[in-house]
Amino acid sequence: MERCAVVGIGQSKYSKRSEDLSIDGLVRVAALRALEDAELTFSDIDAIVIGKAPDALEGVIMPELSLADALGAVGKPIHRVHTAGSVGASTAISACTLVESGMYQRVLTVCYEKQSDGNATWALGGGRSGSQGAGGSFAPWIREYISRSRAPEHIGWQVAVKDRRNALKNPYAHLHLPDISIEKVKESPMLWDPLHFLESCPSSDGAAAMVLTHAEGAKRAPRRPAWVIAHAKRTETIQFPGRDTVKPAAGVECAKALYKKAGITDPRRQIDCAELYVPFSWYEPMWLEGHLLCGEGEGWKLTDSGATELGGDFPVNMSGGVLSSNPIGASGMIRCLEAASQVRGTAGDYQVEGARVALGHAYGGGANYFAMWIVSSEPAPAF
Amino acid sequence: MEDVAIVALAQTPCYRRYTDSEPSLLMGLVNQVLAETGLERREIDFTIAGSCDYLSGMPFAFISNVDAFGAWPPVYESHVEMDGAWALFEGFVRMQLGDIDTCLVAGSGKSSPGRPREIFPLQADPYYHAPLGLDPVSMAGIQAQCLLNTGKASERDFAEVVSRSRRDGQSNPNAQVTADVSPDELLKEPYYASPLRRHDLPPISDGAAVVLLARGPVARALTKSPVWIRGIDHRMESHHPGLRDLTALPGLVTAAKKLGIQSAPIDVAELCVRYSPEEIILCSALGLGRDVRINPSGGPLCGHPVMASGLVRVVEAAQRIARGEARRAIAHAASGAALQQNLLCVLEGGA
Repeated sequence: MERCAVVGIGQSKYSKRSEDLSIDGLVRVAALRALEDAELTFSDIDAIVIGKAPDALEGVIMPELSLADALGAVGKPIHRVHTAGSVGASTAISACTLVESGMYQRVLTVCYEKQSDGNATWALGGGRSGSQGAGGSFAPWIREYISRSRAPEHIGWQVAVKDRRNALKNPYAHLHLPDISIEKVKESPMLWDPLHFLESCPSSDGAAAMVLTHAEGAKRAPRRPAWVIAHAKRTETIQFPGRDTVKPAAGVECAKALYKKAGITDPRRQIDCAELYVPFSWYEPMWLEGHLLCGEGEGWKLTDSGATELGGDFPVNMSGGVLSSNPIGASGMIRCLEAASQVRGTAGDYQVEGARVALGHAYGGGANYFAMWIVSSEPAPAF
Repeated sequence: MEDVAIVALAQTPCYRRYTDSEPSLLMGLVNQVLAETGLERREIDFTIAGSCDYLSGMPFAFISNVDAFGAWPPVYESHVEMDGAWALFEGFVRMQLGDIDTCLVAGSGKSSPGRPREIFPLQADPYYHAPLGLDPVSMAGIQAQCLLNTGKASERDFAEVVSRSRRDGQSNPNAQVTADVSPDELLKEPYYASPLRRHDLPPISDGAAVVLLARGPVARALTKSPVWIRGIDHRMESHHPGLRDLTALPGLVTAAKKLGIQSAPIDVAELCVRYSPEEIILCSALGLGRDVRINPSGGPLCGHPVMASGLVRVVEAAQRIARGEARRAIAHAASGAALQQNLLCVLEGGA
């Protein structure tokens, strides 16, 4: 198996409405920035992998066809991944697999969503009226988490504030809310009990891209590569009696497979920081537990202790996370590339000092799709 | 390269209207390949499927398809919003890592609930093309006209493709539209999207296909007649008709060269001929002569379950090899209007 490394990262500025850019323009901005970072051009690329959430969000079917020219894909292989909200991470993993197979040496991968072109809540609700929205699907499971773990109500507010404060250090983040506070979160309108407006992700336009290459390419790269140490995906049937929707088995098994592949035995200590897919505040403690980063009932305590803050001993969502930027189809890829950025030492004001091993994560559907990767500054980190 | 073989395959008939759900289309096929190989669901290392939300008229439609794969306990699985042939591509690539032995590949689609000519203009560039309602049928007509204008084909050539395909379809139990009809009779029909006649178009079909892949020694243990995938490649052409010579496919030519398809005789070519003129363009790009048997199944002109149609070509070609009727075959899949995207797969028999 060939090794794979991230040698280029590019992002558009995430915003409510990217008025000055077409979809083609949006993906091209991210792709060109990733290529520039890798000091490569479109002509160096062997294959392209794109990902996004449902086509109904923009009303463009199979967009690899119409984006082929903007992504320099003419005459090349390009394919498109779709695994619901986890798609950004699934796409990164698919692109990584192309390199690991030895069949392709330099792969460009791009994810995007231009939500302002449509109505995401309408589309996510199956295009039918009366959609409960993603928050409406997740809120009952969050309430179940709170009841199981006896977490105090301020945990959700705390995550909402922490991620928005982190976002202030990230120039690409959509939401920059300098005056965010616990009070503001708690006083914002209740959308889906217990989720307030400010505990929910925004609806964003944006694109994210990476250039992945093999070991030889990584050696020649102009900047420090992020080595992909392990990746894993798991899916379970979305609905059946007795399914644990708070701590889905697919999430647990995905984490187990990931850590095993990476040689990680104590994830909380051996991983330096994580970008977790947290579209609603409570998902931070839920995924800390759901992916075995702490024991059951301990997730909210970790959050409460400040451990997940920038400067804490297990920083989570240093970039501001999905709570600060959410172009759905790209959100998972952003988690993966922010993890890579940390171990490359290029995370700027939100850099975790000495980050050596980082986790990128996404989930989707009815929390029944999971995709995760571990990246490191070293090709074979010892634990 | 890891040796990867198709060890079992299955396809549904092409239905004009399949009234049950898409997962149920797939479920029977999955059970069939498992029964044939004696594998349990938990012995499938990786599953990858191709389908399209828009055909079902519902975002995330593919999520219910995982029920057909038996995703409990959880499975290692992925999905491409493309024809199942591209799922096969990703499955084949994934197997090259050498750490998994089996991979289930699926493609499924139900076109019957919608109106394809209204849905598929949304595949075009949303700013300049989609507002014109530029649908794949109109694009196929423009492409056919280019063939006529450049003298590369005549309307009789189109009719001959249809006549041969629909006759061949008569011996294919999964075909939906077949006929014993001569080119002369076909040429008497009125135009539908000039210069195309109704019979130059594929029928609207529902259907699915599944193949099970296995690595070298495992493949040999699972079947007496493995069909080896010797290579798979796919290429994109420009989206803008004005930037293309619509009668040529330079991307596909690159893929064919890279795969060395002409390095040995090709017995059978199953081509994703959705509109009869496409066969002429494909044969020319691939350098296929009269010695190559094209679409013995009748091809998509006899049944075109969008999202599975490309994978069905692989199934048809592989079946002929498994039955000993061919030694080496190529299968082709297409996506987009005017053959914008093409996939090529080289298959060979032998233990």
